Amino acid sequence: MSDVQDYKSSLSDTSSRKFETFSYLPEMDDKQIRQQVEYIVSKGWNPAIEHSEPENATSNYWYMWKLPMFGETDVDRILAEAEACHKAHPANHVKLIGFDNYAQSKGTEMIVYRGKAV
Amino acid sequence: MAKTYSAGVKEYRETYWMPDYTPKDTDFLACFKVIPQEGVPREEAAAAVAAESSTGTWTTVWTDLLTDLDYYKGRAYAIEDVPGNDEAFYAFIAYPIDLFEEGSVVNILTSLVGNVFGFKAVRALRLEDVRVPHAYVMTCGGPPNGIQVERDVMNKYGRPLLGCTIKPKLGLSAKNYGRACYEGLRGGLDFTKDDENVNSQPFMRWRQRFDFVMEAIQKAEAETGERKGHYLNVTAPTPEEMYKRAEYAKEIGAPIIMHDYLTGGFTANTGLANWCRDNGMLLHIHRAMHAVLDRNPNHGIHFRVLTKMLRLSGGDHLHSGTVVGKLEGDREATLGWIDLMRDSYVKEDRSRGIMFDQDWGAMPGVMPVASGGIHVWHMPALVSIFGDDSVLQFGGGTLGHPWGNAAGAAANRVAVEACTEARNQGRELEREGKDILTNAAKHSPELAMAMETWKEIKFEFDTVDKLDVQHR
Repeated sequence: MSDVQDYKSSLSDTSSRKFETFSYLPEMDDKQIRQQVEYIVSKGWNPAIEHSEPENATSNYWYMWKLPMFGETDVDRILAEAEACHKAHPANHVKLIGFDNYAQSKGTEMIVYRGKAV
Repeated sequence: MAKTYSAGVKEYRETYWMPDYTPKDTDFLACFKVIPQEGVPREEAAAAVAAESSTGTWTTVWTDLLTDLDYYKGRAYAIEDVPGNDEAFYAFIAYPIDLFEEGSVVNILTSLVGNVFGFKAVRALRLEDVRVPHAYVMTCGGPPNGIQVERDVMNKYGRPLLGCTIKPKLGLSAKNYGRACYEGLRGGLDFTKDDENVNSQPFMRWRQRFDFVMEAIQKAEAETGERKGHYLNVTAPTPEEMYKRAEYAKEIGAPIIMHDYLTGGFTANTGLANWCRDNGMLLHIHRAMHAVLDRNPNHGIHFRVLTKMLRLSGGDHLHSGTVVGKLEGDREATLGWIDLMRDSYVKEDRSRGIMFDQDWGAMPGVMPVASGGIHVWHMPALVSIFGDDSVLQFGGGTLGHPWGNAAGAAANRVAVEACTEARNQGRELEREGKDILTNAAKHSPELAMAMETWKEIKFEFDTVDKLDVQHR
């Protein structure tokens, strides 16, 4: 059995907590986040930022950071809002969303700043 | 001037062959591939199919004159060559909408693929496609929830969902079975699945299975902080038993149940879909028995028709084939019926075997499920072929990981996320797949091991049911 690796995950180990899309990959660097923002813009989706205390992260309703940026296509401005949200709430998870108003759903969403999981 | 009664046998084409007929928007349209008996002209064979699938019988009867048969009859309105097949031809038939009870897939199929398939004048017959008029679509319930509702309920956005069918298919005790589910879910799957023949056998009764699996879901959710589900198969010998199991699944808080729509039957399926809509339950649909109906290129019912019937009857997921795995499925044809599951309007496209425009109006879409002999090396192609609105389901490709289910699940989760990220960056998955996976495996020993384990496995047999294309 020495060649079998244990799968490390437990209730007591908070690093086992995941955050849906892209949370099984290493945290994205600035360039990778920029590429995902570019993707949201290229799809014609409306970017938005939301945040939550890690202990309340399973709720459907996170706190909106301002309003969704309807029609915003400037990648730098979208990134600046994400960063401003993170600065205002440094302990929270911060999520980048692309609202697809035709599907009436989120086209995508991902955590871009990870708080400390509980 | 009223008609007079004249007993005897008329040629079908005198009544049912109407090449000048222009189909109405409210007509049902059907395209049959017909191989007539030798010596039977095409027009006569097409008219016979129209007659036998609608109002006709083999001889004139006096009661024909008590109604307006010219209105109620099916009309063979066009004939086309089948590319690459000299024996067969396509017969296009229009039926007035009043021939079909509202909201009844059962009635549609009883008419269109009833007696006519055993009819002596044709040697072989295949229902290639149907156009369901929008007016009729609106009488059907359709998928109980649809793709967008499922995403909101399960909190999954921007990537394909990930599932796993628990193996061995039969023989595990309920508690051991729950263990296999738990391991897969904690490793990063969104769903685990009962296999189709897991119903309620002596070695594992449904009640214990539901209880243990629900505990697996709840613990995996607490551990990962993500939403999880397991398709609890409620397919049962009687409708009463089916609803009993569905009610219990709801009572314990399960988010999704499952049904086999062909072996269970359309009456059961439509009723269960309505129950799911009323009870906020997602419905996964398996398609056992489909290959009996759809695999022979000359006789039977094409899967695109079975797809349309399921969307009308109701289901939130439907197995679609994988294109790349161990089971049959021509790529272009598969892309065609995936569109028919998900899109609200699908244009005629002969290159995908789609013979008619189909307007689904406001009816929700069905999530295609790719399952059967797929493993992590297929991931780039699967993400590229299926896109986000799909469930990619790895059975052996999860459970067969040398380190167990959790590691197998994590490998697939890392792979699907890496492929999704790369696609969003504009990279071509099918060309750069190896690079993308190799790079992702640097941070995931589970993925590296999975890639090593399955690197040699391929399923390269030729497809039996190909699209009809010129072969000369």
